[in-house]
Amino acid sequence: MMRISLFLGCLVPNRYPGIEKATGICLETLGIDWKELDGASCCPAPGVFRSFDEPTWLALASRNITLSETDDRDVLTICNGCYGSLADANLKLKNNSLLKEQTNSHLSQIGRHFDGTIDVRHIIEFLYSEIGVQKIKEKIVRPLDLKVAVHYGCHMLKPSSSRATASVEHPSVFDELVEALGCTSVDYPDKMECCGAGGGVRSALGETALAITEHKLGKIEDADVDCIVEACPFCHMQFDAGQVSLAGKGREFGIPVIHYSQLLALSLGYSAEDVGINLNEMDCSDFCNLLGK
Amino acid sequence: MAGAPSIEEVIEDFNVLKCMQCGVCSGSCPSGRQASLNVRRLVRKIGRDHAAICDESLWMCTTCYNCQERCPRGIAIVDVILAVRSIAAHEGLILERHRHVAYLLQEHGHAVPIDDTHKEKRMQLGLNSLPSTVHSHPDDLKDVKHLLASCGFGEITGRKE
Ligand code: SF4
Ligand code: SF4
Repeated sequence: MMRISLFLGCLVPNRYPGIEKATGICLETLGIDWKELDGASCCPAPGVFRSFDEPTWLALASRNITLSETDDRDVLTICNGCYGSLADANLKLKNNSLLKEQTNSHLSQIGRHFDGTIDVRHIIEFLYSEIGVQKIKEKIVRPLDLKVAVHYGCHMLKPSSSRATASVEHPSVFDELVEALGCTSVDYPDKMECCGAGGGVRSALGETALAITEHKLGKIEDADVDCIVEACPFCHMQFDAGQVSLAGKGREFGIPVIHYSQLLALSLGYSAEDVGINLNEMDCSDFCNLLGK
Repeated sequence: MAGAPSIEEVIEDFNVLKCMQCGVCSGSCPSGRQASLNVRRLVRKIGRDHAAICDESLWMCTTCYNCQERCPRGIAIVDVILAVRSIAAHEGLILERHRHVAYLLQEHGHAVPIDDTHKEKRMQLGLNSLPSTVHSHPDDLKDVKHLLASCGFGEITGRKE
């Protein structure tokens, strides 16, 4: 069985801890050999820090990777941003000996060394290929009769040149995992579009990010779903806190936002409160009631 | 301190001049459709003059990779934008909010550190008030700070506050 270390990043533990709790429940119930990656830092966030200085981005990302190399475990990410940052850095350093040498000279100052012995995984791709839809179905104790707008986000699948996953324009892995839990994945226009948050746009140019979010939420609203399911706390925050900002401007959507780990934990018999759906920024009490206890 | 490439290197390394101005990139761009980024024009500008580093639309790209996936000339547009951003950053052109995020990383090892509201949420869920990251491991935080110093990150982003 595959050994993994769970990389938390920033937003999951520090803004949406329900996702951290839910992920632990899922990994435990599925019988995966896992532990948290103690002492990890920011991945670091690719849009901002890779933009500023690539050597710094590689140094910090590689420190996180070496913590997992020491344990001889693959790194499991639950965020598209962390995945994009760590997987891209890992690949770059494995394939470019000059960059590896430069990065290792920084790492040597803290007594670490990048060897390139492990892989970086994303929870969707990991569950799909290592556990499989069938085995997940067998673990379900409460099938969820929900209509869901699946949001893949960007960095799970792109750039395709550095990803093992199949189609970029019409993927199905995430939809299959959602439907395994009894849900219906409802198709909608611009399903593969960005949430608007990435690339440092949310942090510095919030109105631009929000315009992209509002467009996507409009398409999801028309699809008449019970909730949005994503696999990235940054998309999660952009849709969740974004709806609060948009409501402040008179544009109400009221669509609950749920990370796949939370959805899976619900189907494993846990309550909405157990996995912190009630701790979203927007009010999700109707949705929590719909789910019952 | 290796730092940023020159704009000439970016043009050369990423074949920026192969752009035929077809507009597939801007037609695929959420930030163009919903806001005012014109990535086709940005690519042309990068190919023509150094002034591209001052163009604020550089920072409107969400790095969604739509354009890069679809460019018929195979130009790695996002990699180009990130490289030009790094030239801008090394010349001191960093948006105030980004400077603040850089400060948070240098101080806490997290771009988004914990706060009291979320400590409370963690405890409500039965989790430790601090996660198992650098927040619970001061020695690891020290290593992160050491690495940032070794890379000269503070000088690049202008450590202040
Ligand atoms: S898609 Fe490629 S070739 Fe066409 S305008 Fe954009 S960068 Fe140029
Ligand atoms: S990567 Fe940036 S420029 Fe390209 S389509 Fe996405 S937002 Fe537009």
